[in-house]
Amino acid sequence: MSAAIDVASWALIIAGGAFCLIGAVGILRMPDFYTRVHAASVTDVVGSFAILLGLALQAGASLVTVKLLFIAALIFFTSPAATHALVKAALERGVEPKAAEAPSSR
Amino acid sequence: MFAAAAVILLATLALLLVRAIKGPTVFDRLLASNTIGNVAVLLLAVIGFLTGRPDFLDLALVYGLLNIVGTIAVLKFFRHGSLGE
Repeated sequence: MSAAIDVASWALIIAGGAFCLIGAVGILRMPDFYTRVHAASVTDVVGSFAILLGLALQAGASLVTVKLLFIAALIFFTSPAATHALVKAALERGVEPKAAEAPSSR
Repeated sequence: MFAAAAVILLATLALLLVRAIKGPTVFDRLLASNTIGNVAVLLLAVIGFLTGRPDFLDLALVYGLLNIVGTIAVLKFFRHGSLGE
């Protein structure tokens, strides 16, 4: 494996881990439910895909890469569906967004 | 370096676990558990590379499939009050 691919894959894996951690901090620190959903998407999309792409670069062209692509496709399709269902269920159950006070129109 | 990635993902899991325990509403807990499932898939993939056993990727696939089924099932329960007939 050439050194350039190696460096690129390590950079992707570490960047993906950093994005996962940032998303988790967001989920922990954000003030209300809907902003937490926003933070979770960072972990689900950028973190997952960066780590999986980095691992695929490590594996090279093989069955392992195909499996990694399957996992990526799975996350790609199920994560937005789950988030959509989650937010819709929360809205119907009356979870209110924590909005700022509306400015008085005087 | 795989070990570093695994440690980062474990720290992520710890933070998400705090939110799952604290979460004021059930939807917060569900959001945290859904994300925990996704991070567990990534952790399994990384551990597979760490130990040189790519079989772990199959486990990761199964975890991903179970994750979406579990989330949708719990959501349906809390939205309709039952899992349907």
